[in-house]
This record gives sequence, C-alpha cells and structure tokens, in this order.
Amino acid sequence: MAAPLRAPAAAQPAIAVESLDAWFGTHHAVRGVNVDFAQREVTAIIGPSGCGKSTLLRCLNRMHETVPTARVSGRVLLQGTDIYAPGISPVALRRHVGMVFQRPSPFPTMSIRDNVAAGLRVRDGAKPSRAETDRIVERALRRSALWDEVKDRLKASAIGLSGGQQQRLCIARALATDPAVLLLDEPTASLDPISTQKVEELVYELRREVTLVIVTHNMQQAARVSDRTAFMLAGELVELAPTAKLFTAPGDARTEAYITGRFG
Amino acid sequence: MATAPLPTPAPPRARPSISQRAYAERTVRTIRRRKAVNYVMIGLTWVAAIVATLPLLFILFYLLKKGAGVISLEFFTAMPRPIGEEGGGMANAIVGTLILVGIAIVVGLPIGIGAGLYLAEHRGTKLATVVRFLSDVLNGLPSIVVGIFAWQFLVRPVGHFSALAGGIALAAMMIPMVTRTTEEMVRLVPVSLREAALALGYSRWRTSLTIVLRTATAGIVTGALVAIARVAGETAPLFFTALGNQFMSTSLREAIAALPLQIFNYAISPYESAHALAWAGALVLIGLVLVVSIAARIATRARFGRVAD
Repeated sequence: MAAPLRAPAAAQPAIAVESLDAWFGTHHAVRGVNVDFAQREVTAIIGPSGCGKSTLLRCLNRMHETVPTARVSGRVLLQGTDIYAPGISPVALRRHVGMVFQRPSPFPTMSIRDNVAAGLRVRDGAKPSRAETDRIVERALRRSALWDEVKDRLKASAIGLSGGQQQRLCIARALATDPAVLLLDEPTASLDPISTQKVEELVYELRREVTLVIVTHNMQQAARVSDRTAFMLAGELVELAPTAKLFTAPGDARTEAYITGRFG
Repeated sequence: MATAPLPTPAPPRARPSISQRAYAERTVRTIRRRKAVNYVMIGLTWVAAIVATLPLLFILFYLLKKGAGVISLEFFTAMPRPIGEEGGGMANAIVGTLILVGIAIVVGLPIGIGAGLYLAEHRGTKLATVVRFLSDVLNGLPSIVVGIFAWQFLVRPVGHFSALAGGIALAAMMIPMVTRTTEEMVRLVPVSLREAALALGYSRWRTSLTIVLRTATAGIVTGALVAIARVAGETAPLFFTALGNQFMSTSLREAIAALPLQIFNYAISPYESAHALAWAGALVLIGLVLVVSIAARIATRARFGRVAD
C-alpha cells in the first residue's frame, strides 16, 4: 500500500500531497495520504461516508483548519510550493484554489452579478473597474453555462435562482478569480437529476482550463466526469487509477468490494 | 402489474361479550373526555391571547380619545405655555427625545452589534460566556438603577445635568438588548455562507463584516428597533441625567427636555389643560415609535428580502 501513486504525466502535478494526516480533535480523519492531482484533469475521490474524502479535499485549500480542534501534518505542494509552509497565508492561498460546496451557497444579500464578482473584491492587486468586472462576470457565467439563463436579470437577487442555477452560480463565483484548481465537494448532492447533469457537463468541459478535484458519493458520477479516480477507506487512500481501470479492473480487493456494492 | 388481492371481508362478528362492551364504552368515554379537554384548552389559550392584546388596544383607544383632540400643528411647533395657561405645545420635548434617542443609537448600536458579533463568532470562549451572562443581568436591571449610575458617573463629576448623560444612560439600556438579538441573528446565518466566503479568500473579519453581518441585517435592524422603541419611552434613567427643560435646548451639555419627562410633569400637575397635553404627548410618543418601526421594517424588507434558510 505504500506504493507511491504518482501521476504518469510528465508535467509537474497541479497538487502533490505528501504523507498527509488530518485530525478533528482525536479523530484521525486522513491517514498518511500520498497522492498527485494532475494538471487539467478531473480527479474524483470516492469512498463510503466518513472515509475522509471531504477532509482530504478541505486540506487542499486549508479549509480544514477553519474548524475548531482541526489539525494537519504533512505537505501539500501546489505547483511546487508547500501550502503548509510557514509564511503562506491560507487566505491568499484560497484565492488560487476555488471551492464549491455540497449545498449551493450564494450570498443572499447580493445580486447575481455581485455574487460572481465577490471574489474579485479580495483579489490581490488593483480592483478591476466596473466595466472590467462586468466582462469578468460575463465570462465566468458563460464558463459555468449560466449566462443565457441570467443575463437579463444580473441585478436580481441570487436566491431567486433554482437550486441547480445557484450551484452553477457558485461555480461561476469560484471561476471568476481564475483559480488554478477547483475543488468540488459533492457538488450535486442536493440537486435534481437535470441540474446534476448540467453540473457534470460543466465539470467535464472545465477540465481543459482548470485542474479539478471532485468528491462524490456517486460512483456513476465519478465514472462519467473524471479522468482518474481515487478510492478512500477509513482515512487511507486505497487506490488511484485511471477511472476506466478503477471501475473495471481495480487493483485492490477493497476497491472491488466497494464498487461492486459489497459495502458502503 | 399484479394487484394485491382484496382483503376478504371479516366473518360476521358474534355479539360482543360484556367485557368487550365495557372496553368499548370506556374507549368512547376516553375520547369524549379528551375532546372536552381539547376544547377547554383551546378556549383558555384563546382567552389568554385576547387578554394579552387587550391592554394595547385599550391604551391606544384611550390615548386617541383623550389626546387626539389636543394634537394640532401647534402641538409640534409651539413651546409649552406657563403652567395653568391653555394651549401650547411640546416642540422642545419632541426635539429633546429625538436628540436623546439619537445619542443612544450612535453610542449603543455599534457597541451592541459589535458585542453581539463577538458573542456569536467566539461563542465558546470564557470571555463570551461571561459577557453573555453579564449582558443578561444588565438586561434585567431596573432602569432607575441605570439612571442612578449615569448620574453618579456622568452628572456628578461634571456638576450639571446634560443631554449626553441622558443619551448614554439610554444607550446603556439598549446595549444588552442589541447584543443579544445580534448574537441570535448572526447565529442563524448558515455555516455554509461563512465557508463559501472563506473559500473565496475572504479573511475572517471580512467574512464577519461583509457576509455574515449583512446577511443578518434584517434581523438585527428589527432587534435594534425594538430596543430603540423601548428606550424612547424610558423615563427613570432620564430623571437624574437629562432632567428635563422648559425651554428649547439642543445642546448636548445642558439639561434637555424629553417626551416621557414632560408627560410625567404634566400628568402630576393639577391642571386639566396640562393633563390633556400629557395625553397628547403620550400619543405622539407611541406614534413616533410606531412610525419608526413600520418605516424601517418596510425598508429592510424591500432591500434584503428573506434571510437565507
């Protein structure tokens, strides 16, 4: 099991995780995980509830440590830089690693436009002008395939949108700052099948431009959208393989047991 | 599609035995008794609800009856006449109350909202527990005690009564109310919004101020209005601080008139005309509070809509 799960790609991985452990108080949620997430690929993380997949994801943008009593050890290299090195600000880091959560979370007091532009306000450097913001908002909404549905009501409240639209709005909000990596934590868990399909298509499209890591409960979803899939169990990373291989010829007996529905 | 077979009808029952009949009768009695209890309880709560609103309706009706006749433009623009003379208004008291409440808002709201935000964001800390407890105690403190303290610390050292002391006494009453409602409202903001802001690269203070506080605004405004309405009618804390003033004063460093004080003075005076003015003053005070709360509610509803689930 100690066999390194290195990406075959020649290029440097977008994120390299090295012997990562994470705790909530005394609960050891992630145990000695080594994994690479390749550039411009979709990597899915699957596993039963409580296996640590969300915690692993939240270690990639240091959201894990926002929970009281949370602890991390190990290294996470984002394009070669250890994000846990002293002197790295988690706040600045999160501007480069976007995240979308299980439940759509548009800011209820903001319009659709302001929601998308929310991240721009805290971006480093000069604040974009109004016209430039409009341009960035349009581009982000187009990339999240929401533009045609909301272009006539950009000033309307974001909570007037449907759940699926709200989730795509959150994706647009994360994309507006041009992050190198987009983390998705069960992004379709609270959506209906049609909205789910739209989000999945979006994820599939986005991989040309962004490195994506998606945590999902749904194995079919992992199979549909990801290039490679990681299987986690009880805090450990059991296996990382090209998605087609993992689902047809898993290398580990536990992976096979899980994907054939013997537990989980 | 196989449908489930219909249940076969039960065979005709034999006549119920004595014990079965007794059981059935007891069941019927139980149900009757429960229904009766149900109606009685609904009736009692209905009466309680009516009794709870009666005082307000009664007060409003009586104030309108007694005070409405006296209210005219003069009441708002004219100064009080010498005791015993007919007519005159309460311009000084209306201005005074607005100034006092204004001071209370400027001093009390930022402190109350800030403290509430702290309590909600650092709910587990020792300081938060202590502050929460103390602010509950302060909330229950009789207003006359607040007045005496304000006198001791803000009037005596200076040597004279002042609007500032009165406003600060009112602020001291407002702060615990605003603190607790702000805390409650901020706690209602879902964690998912906080996390979304943090994940966008918002710092903690920025998340608190621009996302959490703004989302809770509608609730905080409502809480603040309740607090404002309550202190606007306070009399006891003003006795030893603002004192009251027969003349028009807008200086923060001098004694100032206030509607509740003027109402009190007129009400205990022996003249019919003064009593009428006291009724009118009370009506204006209630009207002021009502107008402010309704206006602010409409404003917040239009701007913020519903709070996120």
